[in-house]
Amino acid sequence: MPSLKDLRNRIASVKSTQKITKAMQMVAVSKLRRAQAAVEAARPYAERVESVLTNLAGAAADGQGPRLLVGSGSSQTHLLVVCTGERGLCGAFNTAIVRLAREKANALAAEGKTIKIICVGKKGYDQLRRTHEKQILEMIDLRAVRAITYETAQPIAEKIIALFDNAEFDVCTLFYSRFRSVISQIPTAQQLIPPELGAKDERAPVYDYEPDEGEILTQLLPRAVAVRIYRALLENAASFFGAQMSAMDNATRNAGEMVKKYTLRYNRTRQAMITKELIEIISGAEAL
Amino acid sequence: MATFHFELVSPDKVLFNGPAQAVLVPGNEGDFQVLSDHAPVMTSVRPGVVGIDDARGKHHRVFVRGGFADASKNGVILLAETAIPFEELSAEELSQEIRNAEEDVADANDDQKRLAQEKLDRLRELKDAIKL
Repeated sequence: MPSLKDLRNRIASVKSTQKITKAMQMVAVSKLRRAQAAVEAARPYAERVESVLTNLAGAAADGQGPRLLVGSGSSQTHLLVVCTGERGLCGAFNTAIVRLAREKANALAAEGKTIKIICVGKKGYDQLRRTHEKQILEMIDLRAVRAITYETAQPIAEKIIALFDNAEFDVCTLFYSRFRSVISQIPTAQQLIPPELGAKDERAPVYDYEPDEGEILTQLLPRAVAVRIYRALLENAASFFGAQMSAMDNATRNAGEMVKKYTLRYNRTRQAMITKELIEIISGAEAL
Repeated sequence: MATFHFELVSPDKVLFNGPAQAVLVPGNEGDFQVLSDHAPVMTSVRPGVVGIDDARGKHHRVFVRGGFADASKNGVILLAETAIPFEELSAEELSQEIRNAEEDVADANDDQKRLAQEKLDRLRELKDAIKL
């Protein structure tokens, strides 16, 4: 049976933990709001790029065009780009993305494909390192980045495209967490190279191109890769804060329950001691 | 005057979304103006100023740093790399752009040099134009 002092200390420590989790929750809420606004602001551009790309790809003859569009014609080597958070204390957020990537990696390995991995974000790297140490090409750390901008995504895209041009891989898949709502973040895999495109619009008009189609495509495709990564990073950031918010909310609530439980026990113990002392006094007086 | 749907979007925001009477696009192979019912055209955009006449005939000017313009029967979409409304554009920012472009020219190899040089010339022209 813990003494009164132990209980008191315990209550104090749980209370201070609760203060921390509460503060983290509130910080996550405000950051989430900003991240959500950024996701929404980036949506129109990303959608437009997709639709322009779909139009262009539809106009290009089947199986023809730059390699970034049609792929290298093989699917032997896969590059997995795993975007995760830089920090923990966010529930299953990082684990869920890593699990999806790992499943994909194992499935590909079972098919006899070669796998290469680029980790964006430290947490994913830490987890993947345990099982896929040799396949990891690189870890891109975004901890120093305060707000994600298009310029954050661009070097990552350039790196990936350079690898592709050197025939380091054939197919590239991007893993991130799609932000659906504060309580629901969906780990998602998106094929980056060659891009998955929407169905061709058969009624698509015949365009005039200035300069020619090929040149526009070669300019637009790297852009599209960067835009997709940019969007994935933004969705990830919003998801991260969403996950962190609900994780910290839970933690705060659990701490509250714990404080209640210990307080009850503390008071019971205190009462029992008083009763015991009274009995001792009374029985002492009776004995006289 | 007949209007058409025009959108000017950059990666981080939408600068214009609505009906326009006319849009002047700094295309890579020359400036051109788009009116309603323009033939479908897809072009890359060089650094320059986009001129927009909105539905009420008010003129807007936006500086863009390259991008793509897509004119189709659904309207015109301009995907800008960076877009800054003219009023917010300062001489310093433009000078900064020019310095960046100069660095690009210095760093670029033969293939890219021509493109980078063109961009730089264009920016210089633009700076002169604004000063007038």
